[in-house]
Amino acid sequence: MEIKQITVTVNGEPRVVEVEPRLLCVHMIREVLGMTGTHLGCDTTSCGACTILLDGLPVKSCTLFGIQTDGHEITTVEGLGWPSELHPVQEGFKEEHGLQCGFCTPGMMLTAAALLEDNPNPTEDDIRWAISGNLCRCTGYQNIIKSVQWAAQKMAERIAVHA
Amino acid sequence: MYPPRFHYEAPSSVDEVLQLLAMYQGEAKVLSGGMSLIPLMKLRFANPSCIIDVNNIPGLDGLWEENGKLRIGALVRNRALIRSEVVRARYPLMASVAPQIADPLVRGRSTLVGSLCHCDPQGDWGAVMLALGGEVVAVSSAGERRIPVADFLLGPFQTSLRPDEFAVEARVPAPSGQPFGVYHKLERKVGDFATVGVAVFLDRSGSSVTRAGIALTGVGGTNIKVPAAEEVLVRGGVDDHTIGEAARLAAEVAKPQTDQRGSAEYKRHLVSTFVTRALQAAIGREPIDIRQRRFENVGSRV
Repeated sequence: MEIKQITVTVNGEPRVVEVEPRLLCVHMIREVLGMTGTHLGCDTTSCGACTILLDGLPVKSCTLFGIQTDGHEITTVEGLGWPSELHPVQEGFKEEHGLQCGFCTPGMMLTAAALLEDNPNPTEDDIRWAISGNLCRCTGYQNIIKSVQWAAQKMAERIAVHA
Repeated sequence: MYPPRFHYEAPSSVDEVLQLLAMYQGEAKVLSGGMSLIPLMKLRFANPSCIIDVNNIPGLDGLWEENGKLRIGALVRNRALIRSEVVRARYPLMASVAPQIADPLVRGRSTLVGSLCHCDPQGDWGAVMLALGGEVVAVSSAGERRIPVADFLLGPFQTSLRPDEFAVEARVPAPSGQPFGVYHKLERKVGDFATVGVAVFLDRSGSSVTRAGIALTGVGGTNIKVPAAEEVLVRGGVDDHTIGEAARLAAEVAKPQTDQRGSAEYKRHLVSTFVTRALQAAIGREPIDIRQRRFENVGSRV
């Protein structure tokens, strides 16, 4: 069995990981790195529960080999904020009841965080469009959209305070 | 789902890719976006001995116009195509199809060249490149081949790319006059394959059509080009009569099959409707599809 050593920056911290090439990124994160915030849902690139950021862009980690992250940077939900200081998107999901069962939430939040990084003032349509690759089976889309809007507003206020 | 075991290489130059392809003699697969290849491997439909990950090769993500061609490198993602100013300004058919492929996360990884090489009968880029008269640039240790897309897409998941060749680029002829293009796609939900897709392209000088392209998705073993309909438009321009003829000819060559997405009859009807709708829009009779307008609005942010 072929094992390769890779260096990947995980939530800002360089990590050296041993992986078999066929190991999917989502399994590397959950089973090798021991971070279970990234969920494995459909395993067929459909649901987006396994969404992480690869060099800042959202990707479905069930359709990426762990070894492909060698030399790159990944962000999982564990790296989004701190329990003491939540990311505005996390706060938004809390304030606006953006989750019911919570299974899709890590992926939703990472996709939303990447959207707001790119487009700080999205319309409702922009938000719906951005999360169209992330499925929520509790049918909680209305509140998810409100959560992202809440986060956008919070981030704008923050910028206004600092300006 | 774990795919079967494979050996992994991540070369940093095209030359290294070619050496590996020659060495593995058809047992290696090139990995770019991986949005089709990785699912195939997970389902054990593909079982390559070696994966050649080309994502770290510099220079393959170029997207630019040169000598009357738009050149699209093997690592140009759908996301980059959607955001490209040159594509949005001069290649309306490409700008129309790109946001309709899969979902935003998949579009961040998936590539145009990879889609052609994968050659799914329901791949949207195949129809668009047939309509535009595009070509694939394939290199091997023996040299370079430029393969018209019409000769590249052979059948379901079959292309004329040789096992020792690496498709480094796709090229599209630049429009000489006023380009028009639209891709109509019916999908049951975001990310689904097309029930039916129709690509329509026109290059016009005044009221005359200098070049026309019509091609279909999801209604045959591979994407289908409709030269007879194209000829009608180049000869007669776009009017009620030629629109009717083009729609009829396109529906005639479609070979749809009844499946969970719809009956053969329904799909054939859709081909005719989509060709009509696109050409009516070309002469300002039909508003561009409501979904197309939405793509324009969010264009730079998709």
